[in-house]
Parts: sequence; C-alpha cells; structure tokens
Amino acid sequence: MKFTKLTALAVTTALVAPAAIAQEMTIVSWGGAYTKSQKNAYHDPYSAKSGVTIINDDSSAEAVAKLRAMNEAGNVTWDVVDVVAADAIRLCDEGLAMEIDPDTMLAPAPDGTSAADDFGDLLVSDCFIPQIVYSTTFGYRTDLVGDTAPTSVCAVFDTDAYPGKRSLEKRPINNMEWALICDGVAKDDVYDVLATPEGQDKALAKLDTIKDDVIWWSAGADTPQLLADGEIVMGSTYNGRLFSVIEEQKQPVAMLWDAQVFDLDGWIIPAGLSDERKKQALDYIMFATDTQRLADQAKWISYGPARASSAPLVGKHAELGIDMAPHMPTDPNNAQNTFLYNYEFWADYRDDIDGKFQAWLAK
Amino acid sequence: MTDTTSDGPMLAADGTPLKKSLARALRLQKMRALMLIAPLLIFVLVSFIIPIVSMLMRSVENDIVVETLPLTVAELQSWDADSGELPDEPVYAAFVGDMVVAIDAKRHTRLGTRLNYEQTGMSSLFRKSGRKIKRMDPAADAPFKDKLIDVDKKWGDVETWRVIKTHSPRVTNGYFLNAVDMRRTPEGAQSQPEDKRILVKLFVRTLIMSLIITGSCILLGYPVAWILANLPMRTANILMILVLLPFWTSLLVRTSAWKVMLQQQGVINEFLVWLGMVADDSRLVMINNQTGTIIAMTHILLPFMILPMYSVMQTIQPTYLRAAKSMGATNWTAFWRVYFPLSIPGIGAGSILVFILAIGYYITPEIVGGTKGVFISNRIAYHISSSLNWGLAAALGTILLVVVLILYWAYDKIVGIDNVKLG
Repeated sequence: MKFTKLTALAVTTALVAPAAIAQEMTIVSWGGAYTKSQKNAYHDPYSAKSGVTIINDDSSAEAVAKLRAMNEAGNVTWDVVDVVAADAIRLCDEGLAMEIDPDTMLAPAPDGTSAADDFGDLLVSDCFIPQIVYSTTFGYRTDLVGDTAPTSVCAVFDTDAYPGKRSLEKRPINNMEWALICDGVAKDDVYDVLATPEGQDKALAKLDTIKDDVIWWSAGADTPQLLADGEIVMGSTYNGRLFSVIEEQKQPVAMLWDAQVFDLDGWIIPAGLSDERKKQALDYIMFATDTQRLADQAKWISYGPARASSAPLVGKHAELGIDMAPHMPTDPNNAQNTFLYNYEFWADYRDDIDGKFQAWLAK
Repeated sequence: MTDTTSDGPMLAADGTPLKKSLARALRLQKMRALMLIAPLLIFVLVSFIIPIVSMLMRSVENDIVVETLPLTVAELQSWDADSGELPDEPVYAAFVGDMVVAIDAKRHTRLGTRLNYEQTGMSSLFRKSGRKIKRMDPAADAPFKDKLIDVDKKWGDVETWRVIKTHSPRVTNGYFLNAVDMRRTPEGAQSQPEDKRILVKLFVRTLIMSLIITGSCILLGYPVAWILANLPMRTANILMILVLLPFWTSLLVRTSAWKVMLQQQGVINEFLVWLGMVADDSRLVMINNQTGTIIAMTHILLPFMILPMYSVMQTIQPTYLRAAKSMGATNWTAFWRVYFPLSIPGIGAGSILVFILAIGYYITPEIVGGTKGVFISNRIAYHISSSLNWGLAAALGTILLVVVLILYWAYDKIVGIDNVKLG
C-alpha cells in the first residue's frame, strides 16, 4: 500500500510540475550583491506586475559550459541568463543563444529613440542585450602608498615607488594591455602590437618585472579581501567590488581609475526554449531593460547603466544615500583614460595567448 | 527407494529432471536478484558510465569539420598541402556552397571556434566571412576564388587551407597531441613552441604533489588513528567528532580559513612576528604557492586517511603487543615488528583514497595554489568551463584516468590489493 501511495504521489508531482512552469522563470546571474540589485530593480517589480515567480540561480560563472551541456541534453532549464559580453559572443557563435532584434524585442527610450540607437555600440553581439557597463580597475590602500598616491596605472609596475604585493587576475586579458601601455606602447597601437608574437613577449617581459610581487586572483572577491587585510598595496578587480570596500565597509582604500577597462554584462536568452517560455523571457527582457529599470539598478550597485538615456536618471544609493554618479565608471571624471575590452581580438587570440600566459606563470 | 536405485535422471515431484528443475529455480532466483539491483544498475549505467564514456569519446571525435564543410573536405583531398600553392577554384566553389548551408543553420561560427584552437584568427575569420558569404549565390556568382580573397585575405593564405585539411578527419589524435604539448600538422606530430608547453609539466607536478600530500597524510594521520583506536570508547568517540567536524564543514570555508591563517598578514605570521621569530619585513610566504596547496589539501584529505586506519587498528588485538613484550621485545620492536605490519592494510586503503582524491582536486589548488601550486585539473576545469575546448579537456581527463589506472595496477603488483581493508 505504501508503495502505491508513493507512486501515486510521484505521478501527481510529475503531472503537476509542467503546468507550474508557465508561472515560474529561472533567471541565472552572478549571485551576491549583484543578484540583489537585479532582484530589487527588475525581479520584484516584474513579479508584482505579471504574477510570475522568479527563481534565482547563481550559475553565471559556469553559464557557458552548463548551457552547452543542457543544450546537448536537449533540456534547457534556464529562461534568461546574465553573462559578460565575451561569453555572450561565444554562446552566440556556438548557437546556444537566441538572436535578438533590438527594434522589436527591446523597449525604445522614453523620448522615442530606438533601442538600437540607445544602446549604440554596446550591442556587441546579435544575441546580447547589454545591461551594465562595469570596469576592471585598480584599488589601492591609502595607508600603504606613502605620501604620493598613485595616479597612473603604471604605478602597478613601479615596485620602487610602491613596494609591496599587488594582485592581478590570473588570465592574460587586461594584464597584457596594461603591461604594454606601461612599456611605452601608445593606447591605440596596443592590439596591433599584441597580435604579434614579439608584442606578446614584450608584454610578458614587462609582467616578468613584477612577477614575484603579484598575487594572482581568480574570484572577484579576492582583491577586496586582500586589500582589506592589508595583504596587498594595490590590486585589480571590478569597480563595484571596490565600491563596497570603500563605501560600505569603510576600508582605507581608494580607486585608481586610470586605464580602467570597460566591459559589459547583460542578458541572453538560451536557444531552444519552447514558444511559451520564449514569449515569457522576451516579456521579461522588454520590461527589465527599459530606461527606468536600468537606471534603478544603479541605486543598488555602482555599475553604469548600458542605455545612454538611463544615465541622467541615476540617483542616490538606496541604502547609503550617497550620490551614485561619481562612483560610476562612466562618470566623466573617472573616464578620462579608458579603453573598451576588445571582444573581437580576444575571441581570436584568447586560446593562443592564454597558453603562453599560463606557461609563463608556471615558469 | 526406487528412485535411488533407477539409472535414469533424478526426477522432481512434477516429473521433470531434478537438475533442470533446480536450474530453473536458481535462474528465477537470480532473475529476481537482478531485478532487485536493476534500478541501481541502470542508474549507474545511465548516470555514470555512459556520460563518462561519451565524454572520453570527445577526445578523439572531430565530426564538426567534415559535417560543416562536406564538399570542401572532399575537394581538398586532391589538393597537395605541401605544394605551397593555393587550392583551385573547385575548392573555393565547394566552400561557398558549404558555407551558405552552414550559415543558414548557424553552424559556421562553431566551426570557427573549433579551428581557432588550432590557428589563431579562425574564429573571427568565419564570423566575418559568414556575414559576407551569406549574400553570395553558389549557383550564380562563380568564380569565387578572388571574391573570397576579397572578403578576407586569409582565404588567400595557404596556411588557412592547410589547417582545414589537417583537421578534417572524423577521428583525430589532435586533442591528445595537444594534451602532451604537441600539435597536429600536415607534416605529422610536432612539439609545441617552447613558450606554450605547460601541460606535461602540470601532469608531473600533479603526481608529485599528490604523493607528497598522501605522505603527509600518513605521517599526520597514523598517530591520530593510533590514539583513537587505543583510547577507551567514550573518549575515542569525542575525539572522533573532532576528526569528523572539519569533514562536515564546507570545502570552500576550510580552504578560505587556511588563507586567513597562512597569508603574510595572517594569523601565523602575526604570531611569529609578535614572538620575534620572524622579522616584520621578511614574513613567511606560505600561501599562493606549493606549500599552501600541500598544507590545505593535507588538512582537507586527512579524515580520508584517518578513518580507514582507525577501523583497521581497532581490529588489532592488544594482546599481540603484550605477547611480543612478554617475549622480550622493546616497545619499538613490538610496534615495528607486530603492530605496524598489521596496520598496513589501513595505510594502503587510506593512501589510495587520498591519492586518487588529491589527483583530481581543483578548487583548493585554485584558491591557495597561486601559480606554482595548481594542478592539471585546474586546466581541465578551464577548458571545460572557460575555453569550451571540451576535446582537449576530455583528452587530459583520459590521460589522467589512464595514469591512475596504471598506478593502481602498480600498487596491486607491489602491495597487493587484497591487502587493503576499509575495516
């Protein structure tokens, strides 16, 4: 009898479950403060409006591999996925993400500007809907740098003026560019130089000068922790992480905005969703990427909204009550010397340069 | 009584031969037993063996080139890759024909990603060319050779076609060659340039460090297991909880705790500086290197060593030691000649567990290993989740599996696998 009851239960659950899906959406993101900002700015208002329950899955770090596995298994369980632009390009290349038509699938700006113009150059892939502009930049300990605070990214390579450990990400992207810039290569020539084996050697040779002083990080939380512990004098990480170290935890840390690298984070919709789920996902995207919603997210985290029309609407932090504009990587004062992650270049050279970089690291 | 005296086969009550009837009963019983374990068997097969085999198969699979560019691959057969001359018009025409189909199915960019592992620039070449070839008509727009070279001058580069031809077979050894720092070229297997060789080094490092970790687990675990086995039950149980407690804590938490302990501004260094044993400006570097990996992993894997040792030691009668001593053995002789040999099965079981777990670890080395303390599994993880080069990841995984099997075989020959006990 017990057995039949259990079977009956299993059968009913199996029958009931698919019916519930229409009322639920699984949205994949990075977790932590970032997912919280999305929940406050997008998920909660959307649920209130549409009655859809949103399930958060903090799997963005492995999203590309997981989506590929789901796709091969023919069972995609995610509805909307938050990824960085480089991953979006790869997902698009692999046919794992749906192509987006900005004119019909995204909301126009309040003044009638089309979504394509409002996002402008930030639509770096056919499948990608940009959400925020973030930057990878340096933070330094104000109490460990002596009397002259660093103003240039090349302070990272100057161990005489700024002795102590520094942290860099354990991958070639960004580090190679900074090394070349500080080795005297003009900003506009960086990728031409980096495309040649000599240029790659040059960058590695420059990094070699500080190799013994570097702690290599692989998780975004590493540098903030190392800074807070006084383990390093300066280190690279995402600007939002530094914001929370400086403003929320009140650590003696300051931002070095020089040569910050802009990167994009945004949504993709997985390929191969059923029509019903696709419709639902597109409805969410239409809502969550409009001008007001993107500006709302900046109340919770210091990343710049990807729409030009959202910038003027950025206000104060919802809990700390401080003005968010000066903390945005896109703020004119911060953005005096920047460059944009070169997606095309790294899509081609990533495998090659990463091989060399890892071999160099292991030496 | 007549049955026993007759010459015919023994019959069961229903008249069938007893042997047959018995066999049937046994078969039924076996079937029933099989049915009982069938769910487990099917589960293991479906969720474990099939995925592993299919993952390992990826290390040689290379269907993508010939399936995306079937006509081109056929035409390239007659082209001599060593001639130094570009292929003729039929190859270009076949290529455009293939690409138009592939672009429609959005498969050309996947091929670009695949070939980019072999030749830098293929990814964008296929993506960009795709946009332009989309507008071509394979029937009307011939000839294509000059048009394609106009689209991108790389189509006028012999190397591009050599790469496509070299990597066109359905079954390739290319991933395995890459996994041992070599590469597939039209002239056969060649070594990678020196500045890209890393994987063999990582394999060797993984093996050596796993052995060191296993060794330190034995050294640290043996006394603990001995104490646990020789204390009264009540005290032993309390101490056992101390062994198991870290076992129940999240791996990430334990690894991060080591970071706090070992870093230069960390607990141990602060303490040593306070004691005056270490100068403030020459604090010990104990993390983000091999030391960090060995310390953290030894701690994390220690319970896997202690538990089998403990359960084996519990079965060793204390009377044996007393007997040895009563016959004049010193404490050391009694331990070394009597107790230790009896405890070897526990060491064997613990060592196998720890070594095999260590060889596949990647989270801990990634967090505390810095550059010199990372394992081959870190590269496997990178190729699975970041570069999406699953073929190479599968080849690396297969090699690792084979290495472990060889070591297991060697262990069986030297120590004997019957000599391993979990309790």
